[in-house]
Formats: sequence, C-alpha cells, structure tokens
Amino acid sequence: MSAQILHWSLVAAQLMITLAMACAAFRMFRGPRAQDRVLGLDTLYVSGMILLLLFGIQSGRTLYFEAALIIGLLGFVGTMALAKFLMRGEVIE
Amino acid sequence: MTPQADIPGWAALLTAIFVMLGASLTLVGSLGLLRLRRFYDRVHAPTLGTTLGIGSVLIASMIYFSVLQQRPVIHEILITVFVTLTTPITLMVLVRAALFRDEAAAIMPEANQTKVVREREADEPEAGPDGASPRP
Repeated sequence: MSAQILHWSLVAAQLMITLAMACAAFRMFRGPRAQDRVLGLDTLYVSGMILLLLFGIQSGRTLYFEAALIIGLLGFVGTMALAKFLMRGEVIE
Repeated sequence: MTPQADIPGWAALLTAIFVMLGASLTLVGSLGLLRLRRFYDRVHAPTLGTTLGIGSVLIASMIYFSVLQQRPVIHEILITVFVTLTTPITLMVLVRAALFRDEAAAIMPEANQTKVVREREADEPEAGPDGASPRP
C-alpha cells in the first residue's frame, strides 16, 4: 500500500516538475528582456536537477546523484558567466 | 522489480510527503516566474521556490536511500550546501546586472543594450570637452 503511494507520488511529482520546467522554458524563450531569459535558464537547470533526483529515488540507484551534482556545478558557472556578460558586455576581461 | 517494495511503510510515506512538498514548491516558484509582471518581482519566486523544493527532495532522497541501504546516506548534503550557497549569489549578481541595464536604458533611452553602450565608449575613448561621458 505504502509502496503504491510512493510510486504514484513520484509520478505526480515528476509531472509537476515537468510543468515547472515548461514554465521556465516559456520564460526563457519569450522573456521580454535578456535578464528574464537568464533567470528562466537558472530555474530550468535547477528543475532538471530535481527531476534527476526523482529518477534516482524511483530507480533506487545513486548514479543519478552525480549527474545532478554536475548539473548544479556547471549551471551555476553558466549563470554567473551570463550575468557578468549582461553587466560588463564581456565574460573574460 | 521496483525497489519501492523493499522499504517499510513509514519511510515510504515520509519520502512521498517530502517529494510532493518539494515538487509543489518548485511548481509554485516556476508559476511565479511565469505570472508576475515586473522582473524585480519575478526574480524572487523561482529562487525561493527552487531552493526550498530541492531541499525537500534531498531530504526525501536521504531518508529513502538511508532506509534502502540500511546505513546513513548523507552525501545529498553536498548539493544542499552548494545550492543554498549559490542561489543567493546568482540572485544578487543577476539583479545587479538588471539594475545596471535599467540605469543605462534610463539615461540613454535609445540604448537598450549594454553592448551599444560599450560600442559607443569604444567609438569615443575620451570624453568630450564638456565632460559628457556615455557611461552613467
């Protein structure tokens, strides 16, 4: 019974995270200005991290954890580079 | 087949509660990103929502794998610390960039892009005799 509850809550959570990623992708593609697009990209990769962690819980493997960690590290670097580009006009001065 | 059948009921229920909480918070944050009107309103919703959401999902993952492997599994704390540290830094840097761009657009309404400001600066390396500088 409780295994069924866990299974269906994982499915529902994956659907909700997918909807959240769709909202972020809409803001990334249709954002009125460049900073909205960067914010949409930031939300998109954090939602992708959560989706990978949910896959890890669903499959019972810890393999997905490393992928989520790498997405977090590289996504932070990418967002910082984009924000610095918006601020200064170039990334490496 | 599925590993969910192997863990006791209380752990499955706790994992389900935290997973649903995290997914709901993330969805609320993303809906705020979609629905709010100004950029300075929009920037708050996904940062708060995704930080709390990923914290809840990581708590669920810690409970689930600790019970499944019958030993304390706490390496999810790495992601928790990293996200908690980097999200406010991202917010701060992005809002500073947006403020700079808004100020540049307010001073020179025809220059909506920072690139235009930089190009004009490159065209006129020294300020004129009246000291008019293109940068704010």
